[in-house]
Amino acid sequence: MPLYRDEAVVLRTHKLGEADRIVTMLSRNHGKIRAVAKGVRRTASKFGSRLEPFMVADVQLFEGRTLDIITQAESLGSYGAEIASDYASYTAATAMVETADKVTDDDGSLQQYLLLVGALRSLSRHEHAPGLTLDSYLLRALSIAGWAPSFVDCAVTGAPGPHTVFVVQMGGVVADSVAPPGAPRLDLATLDLLSSLLAGDWDYAEAADERARNQASGVVAAYTQFHLERGLRSLQHVDRSPAHDGSTERAAARVAAQHAASSTVAGAS
Amino acid sequence: MYEGIIQELIDELGRLPGIGPKSAQRIAFHILQKENYDATRLAEVLLEVKDKVRFCEICGNVAEQPTCNICRDPRRSPTTICVVEEAKDVVAIERTREFRGLYHVLGGAISPIDGIGPDDLRIRQLVQRLADGIVTEVIIATDPNLEGEATATYLSRLLVQPNLRVTRLASGLPVGGDLEYADEVTLGRAFEGRRLVEK
Repeated sequence: MPLYRDEAVVLRTHKLGEADRIVTMLSRNHGKIRAVAKGVRRTASKFGSRLEPFMVADVQLFEGRTLDIITQAESLGSYGAEIASDYASYTAATAMVETADKVTDDDGSLQQYLLLVGALRSLSRHEHAPGLTLDSYLLRALSIAGWAPSFVDCAVTGAPGPHTVFVVQMGGVVADSVAPPGAPRLDLATLDLLSSLLAGDWDYAEAADERARNQASGVVAAYTQFHLERGLRSLQHVDRSPAHDGSTERAAARVAAQHAASSTVAGAS
Repeated sequence: MYEGIIQELIDELGRLPGIGPKSAQRIAFHILQKENYDATRLAEVLLEVKDKVRFCEICGNVAEQPTCNICRDPRRSPTTICVVEEAKDVVAIERTREFRGLYHVLGGAISPIDGIGPDDLRIRQLVQRLADGIVTEVIIATDPNLEGEATATYLSRLLVQPNLRVTRLASGLPVGGDLEYADEVTLGRAFEGRRLVEK
């Protein structure tokens, strides 16, 4: 199979020689690919911005002994420019691609590919707060990789929750009977936020207050880095300063309206 | 594996960027075999450059004195600062002979995946240079790649001040290229930045 073609999202690039780059990509069918893009750093390169991080492209590659060579690339999703135009989105997206690089190997996973592309698309459209999108992505990426956390039932005994003691090493919340002494407790609001991020309940997640968001992001960062068995360099640079776009207020209003509607229906029945 | 000093020379040359083991070996044997090659001059220049060259205290460009030639030049306009990633970019812009202002070299671009954040660049020094109000325009000339664009976004958010214009270099189609090979982002930028044709 000297020549093959696949859809891939660019995770990162390294400079190589005079004008080349080594491009690390997560592909739909061939797992993680490291390939050389020749002449890509020249302003008149035929690749242009197609092989920049966060871009999704239909690439044709020539199989090499150590590194493959990219012969053609066509854009499928140009998310880079939109993401780079918002600093918080850029730092969140960087943490996502670094995580994808760590959780995937040469075999890859279609689920990880689709999850990453979906998360980058969402960031580029500014659908949700970048910090929440990142935390949701991290939880789901770890779940696909086999480290799904438990935020309701005890991660050790399976005893029904809610439990509030969260132990990263044990895989989530644990019952008081098995909790190690001195283990930290989380607010119920934080646990609800974490559950909603894992499930993709965005209305609830966006209505969460700043304290719950901060606590949740700390938990997600600790949980991710423990299970990946290494630190993520980009996590410390993630810009989590609150956006002043009114999204939190709008989401809170939506949740309040839904609660009001459901209580009206319950009252009527 | 060669013995002694030859292998040491190959190893040292191989530590330079872009030079692999084979290239290092080729350069080492070129130095050894060429009778008219002045190795002493090369050694002297290497020692001299490490001894004399430093970074300009004002802009971060390479200089042989505490400040660089451009910062010392009274003919340069002090009201405009062009922000670049590396000292190499200063040379590239100077070749155009279009810019007569001053420079500020950041020392890289924001790249969280490589552990480089805003605090690792010379951004604080840039803000200090703007404090006296003399500068009326900052031209952000970071590379037109993802890290460069993100750095430009960060700077444009940071440098919001009254009486200060923050501009970004135009990007679009390269001269001498074919339109059909242009990617969507480049072509989109070219459309955004289209200008009226003079009659």
